[in-house]
This record gives sequence, structure tokens and C-alpha cells, in this order.
Amino acid sequence: MHPYTTDMYEGMLAETVTVEGYKGDVINAYFARPLGPGPFPGVVVIHHMPGWDELYREMTRKFAHHGYLALSPNIYYRFGHGSPEDVAAKVRGSGGVADDSVIGDAEGSLRLLKSLPLSNKKVGVFGTCSSGRQAFLAACRLKGFDAAVDCWGGRIVLSKEELTPKQPVSPIEYTKDLSCPLLGLFGEEDQNPTPQHVQLLEQELKKYGKMYEFHMYPKAGHGFFYYDRPAYRQEAAIDGWKKLFLFFERYLRAPS
Amino acid sequence: MCTGIVETAEMSGSGKGPQGWFKLEQVNVSYDHPSDAQLEHALNIDFVNPKEGPGARVAVELNPASARKLVDAILTALSRGQASTKQPTLSTVR
Repeated sequence: MHPYTTDMYEGMLAETVTVEGYKGDVINAYFARPLGPGPFPGVVVIHHMPGWDELYREMTRKFAHHGYLALSPNIYYRFGHGSPEDVAAKVRGSGGVADDSVIGDAEGSLRLLKSLPLSNKKVGVFGTCSSGRQAFLAACRLKGFDAAVDCWGGRIVLSKEELTPKQPVSPIEYTKDLSCPLLGLFGEEDQNPTPQHVQLLEQELKKYGKMYEFHMYPKAGHGFFYYDRPAYRQEAAIDGWKKLFLFFERYLRAPS
Repeated sequence: MCTGIVETAEMSGSGKGPQGWFKLEQVNVSYDHPSDAQLEHALNIDFVNPKEGPGARVAVELNPASARKLVDAILTALSRGQASTKQPTLSTVR
């Protein structure tokens, strides 16, 4: 599926902006959008554990290239500034970012996207790895998202021993509150989430009659979209992006 | 955090980062995704001074075998060094 034809005008604006996040904090965010009057659907792009980095800027622009207003909030904003990897190391050393904080930042980003005159008032949420988990959490704990994509989000199924003050509830407990269709992309060789974790989540989704679509890729592990890591799996990545855009087109672009 | 495994300890010493030497206050040892090492998970060691911001950091990302070798090397060097400083020197024997 191509987002454009060779005879059409195409343009994009990508820049850092600010958005009101958790507890009213004004945080920075990377915003990429197609030029033109719209209306365009939106996507909140929650960055992964390695930080608000170049890869996530690329992915944010990829969404804009496909015709989405894409906003990636810096969920590590409160940990200070520096190179993305230095900030990510600080967050890692602090035991991660609190779930409540991420949910607050996702809510502010959702609100901003929906308020834009060029929005079609439909917004999805996307994340990979730790942010796949956070995308799922946001879709459960917030009302207003129209579609959610969880790419290999680990730690959705947590034992009591694994709970921390920052992650006080196992996200699977929120499944009953999931407020929009969910797409899940997973690798069969992943150790977090394991195929068993994915099965458990699927059982909960079925139990509560939620709309979901899961794809489990063979010969793929954790992070198979990341072309700069050994985990990259070309075939799975290409197919995964294709499924992801079909999913978002169905729930975010189609007239309701 | 994909594993969320992190151990921290207070440190006293110096580290050399991109801006030169700085006072170390803490070490964070995690087993999680590295930034640069071509591994899914690595033993990541960050010597930091939280008061000086995220850039005050000396980082290494090791595969598990290397991390164990590092532990052995540190313990061996430490034992030898501490033992040798307890030995009477030639001047004190005389």
C-alpha cells in the first residue's frame, strides 16, 4: 500500500513542540504531520525504553508520510536532558518511568491531536517494547483512542513479585477496560513477552469480548522492526508494518 | 524497561566522561537492552553523578561472559592490591 501517487503534491512538517502532559507539566514532543488541510487521523507514538531517539523520530515521520498527525511525547522529560541514550540510562537506573506519568503524557498528547483543526478526530496509539506495553495501558486506562498497536510489549503479565511502586498493577488486569481495537505484533522467539504471555493476554481479551488482532511471527524475537539491531527480521518487519497500516487505516481513516 | 532488572550502589571515586573527569556518586548495573552493543540484553554498567545531569556518565555494555570476567578481574586485582599493601615493605623490615 502506497500513501501517495507520483503525480501528487507531498510535503511534511516535522519539529519539536510542547504538549501538556502528566500533572499539567509542559513537556516536549516531536510532531510530524503531512502538509495540507486534512482532515488527518492522529497517532500518539510512545517511544521505547532506549529513549526518545532517532529511531522514534524516524517512525514518527513514517506515520506522517502515511498521512497521520504523529506526535511523540518525550516521556523521559522529567529526568533531564542530554543525549537520548544518556537520558535513557538515567531512567533505566531509576527503575523506569512511572506508568501514571506515561498515561498522563499520552492523555495530553491525545487531547492535543484531537484539538487540531486538521484532525479527523480519530487517534491511535503505538509503541514497541516497553512502549508497546504503555500503548496497551493507555488504551485501557484512557477513553478516546480509536485504535492501539502493541508491538512486542513485555511486562504486560506481571507476578505480584514483579510489581513496583512505578508499575503497581499488572497491565493485563486492565484488559476489561480496553476502549478500542488492539493490534498485537509478536515474535515467537521473544522471551519478554513469551508466546505464553501473549496467550494469556489473548485469553483475557476473548473473555471480555474485546476486538483484537494478534500476529505471532516465526523466527522472530524481540524488536524485529529495529533495522539497526541484530533482532531485525526483514520479512516480519515488512509484513508487520503492512498489517499495522491496514489496521490504522481501518479504524482511524475510514468514516465511522 | 523490558526486564526492569537494575541494581544500584553508592560510589566514591572519579570517572572520565565526555566532558572530562567528574566525581562519581553512584553505579547503576542493569541487565536490559543496551544502546550500542549488538545484543538483545547486556550487562550495562553506568557510573554516574546524578547531580551533574544525565551526561555525567561512564558507560559500558557487556555480554554476560565479559561481565563475569570483569567481576573476576576486579576481585583478583582488589585482593592482590589489598594484600600487597598489608605486606611489610623492605624499609619497615630493616
